[in-house]
Amino acid sequence: MLGEGIIKGLLETARNFAGSYVSKERLTTVQYPEEREPLPEASRVFPFLVYDGSDWLAGMRCVACQICEKECPPKCIYIEKSADKKPDAVGKPQAYPTRFDIDISVCMSCQICVEVCPFEAIKMDNKFELATDDRFGGLLLDRKKLAKPNEYYHQIHPTEAAEVDARLAAERAAVEAKAKAAAEATAAKAAAAKAAAEKVASEKTATEKASSEKNTPSAGGGA
Amino acid sequence: MSVLETKMERPPDWNRPTDLQPHGENELLEVSMGPHHPSTHGVFRMDVTLDGERIIRLKPVFGYLHRNHEKLGEGQTYLASMPYTDRLDYFCSLTNNWAYALAVEKLAGIEVPERAQYLRVILAELTRAQNHASSVGFLIQDMGASGTPLMYAFKEREKILDLFESLTGSRMMCNYMRFGGCRVDATPAWLDQTRKVVAGIPAFADEFEALLCENEILMARTQGIGILRPELAVNAGVTGPLLRASGVDYDIRKVDQYGIYDRFDFKVPLGDRWDVYDRFMIRLLELRQSLRILEQALKDIPGGPVMDPKAKIRGFRPKPGEVYGRIEAPKGELGFYLISDGSPNPYRYRVRPPSLINLTILEEMCIGHNVADIVLILGSVDIVLGEVDR
Repeated sequence: MLGEGIIKGLLETARNFAGSYVSKERLTTVQYPEEREPLPEASRVFPFLVYDGSDWLAGMRCVACQICEKECPPKCIYIEKSADKKPDAVGKPQAYPTRFDIDISVCMSCQICVEVCPFEAIKMDNKFELATDDRFGGLLLDRKKLAKPNEYYHQIHPTEAAEVDARLAAERAAVEAKAKAAAEATAAKAAAAKAAAEKVASEKTATEKASSEKNTPSAGGGA
Repeated sequence: MSVLETKMERPPDWNRPTDLQPHGENELLEVSMGPHHPSTHGVFRMDVTLDGERIIRLKPVFGYLHRNHEKLGEGQTYLASMPYTDRLDYFCSLTNNWAYALAVEKLAGIEVPERAQYLRVILAELTRAQNHASSVGFLIQDMGASGTPLMYAFKEREKILDLFESLTGSRMMCNYMRFGGCRVDATPAWLDQTRKVVAGIPAFADEFEALLCENEILMARTQGIGILRPELAVNAGVTGPLLRASGVDYDIRKVDQYGIYDRFDFKVPLGDRWDVYDRFMIRLLELRQSLRILEQALKDIPGGPVMDPKAKIRGFRPKPGEVYGRIEAPKGELGFYLISDGSPNPYRYRVRPPSLINLTILEEMCIGHNVADIVLILGSVDIVLGEVDR
């Protein structure tokens, strides 16, 4: 019968329409911005800079190595390296960025800066409501606007942040262990050198003594 | 009874004109459809010459979305091109990633771990499912059924995009695959959620078929329209669902068996009338085949690493050579042709996009039909302008 297929299709629509009153699964929309769905943990929008401690400038993990600037596909990062060095969170003197700008009107949220950063300094934010009426200044984020505490990172990406912290702690422990081992090694070396020097000195005196006793021209031949 | 048999009996050339000359007093009319026409799926223009309502000539004009993709790829490192491939066919970023990763892996001789191979298959088939669902939805919308079928398709697509977001961090610009594996590993919770979504898709396909497949209006509008003969399709280099709807058994998943596609049991649906309705049905049938692959892959996925430990992110310099890597993307054969001179940048970076090459036979499919059918035929080609213009 002509029209049978249309009626069949309309029945399907009617079933969905009526079903949306009784079944929660058929209601697929949310009333944004009053209602919001939680973002997945992996969700990423634009990068930010992580700092440890309370002072954003002192605790900044970034050491201005400029790897992210070089690897960024759309070249939206601009970094100026400091001439002096200041101690970082663990007290090791490091360079720091005197300027760190990200133009988020150019950034394409690809996460490559995060992947290449060897210092776990740059991570992805998940704030997406960034509309502004200032087209240039409002979308060019400087280092102060980019700096966010490590606690914030833990808040938005808990699993990833825990992994990063564990990795950093392990690295720090390894560095400390290495430094300790190196110190021990140098101490041991110094001791060994001292002992060797003493030994050489004592042998020398012994040979000198022996040669003077023998009183031959081939003095020191036994050394 | 197969769904392909629910057809009206009509000779395939029932509305083809006998000649292409203006009749009587009529004058030819040139119409520029696009680039802002909503049915052109982006910024695409067609210079159409009409005799009354009949099309006698059609010239596709594109380039409005040109972004210099290939030249950009030559000026930057291999890795830096990966996020740009997301923007080729922005509906299917993961298959684009895979095609590019496949080409580079072939060039550099990198092995991909087992788990990463399975993850790639799962993501590629999910991409295919959501692409086919939404492209069928768009096709129906082009026909004038504005809203309802498209929203049904998008409801399903949204579930798959949520999966992409929770794994890769982004709904559409996934940037997930790397040379030698995948960027992050899937958690067991993600795999469970994927199993749940995959188990729900057959219900959607049933619903969609009940909604549309036997609809008389749809059948009258699509059957016998836009016929593409198999010999022309093969000569023009057409690939993907468009070629299979013309009855040519050519699926790169079967021909090349790239990745681990030799391990899965699936069929390649073929059309027998070569018209718009066949293309519509082929997509729905392929969606069901994708589900079969997904079920097998989700059952067999092994543990282990997802990245080759020897692959490195920075300082990647493949040895000199040239390579062509291709996969069966949802829209057809997507290939990347790369020449390396040993430097960190490719010497030549070329994309073979399915949408562009499938567009070349648009005129042959449209001639003799009415203006309203152009929209439908273009919709059945399933183009994405990001890929056509690059």
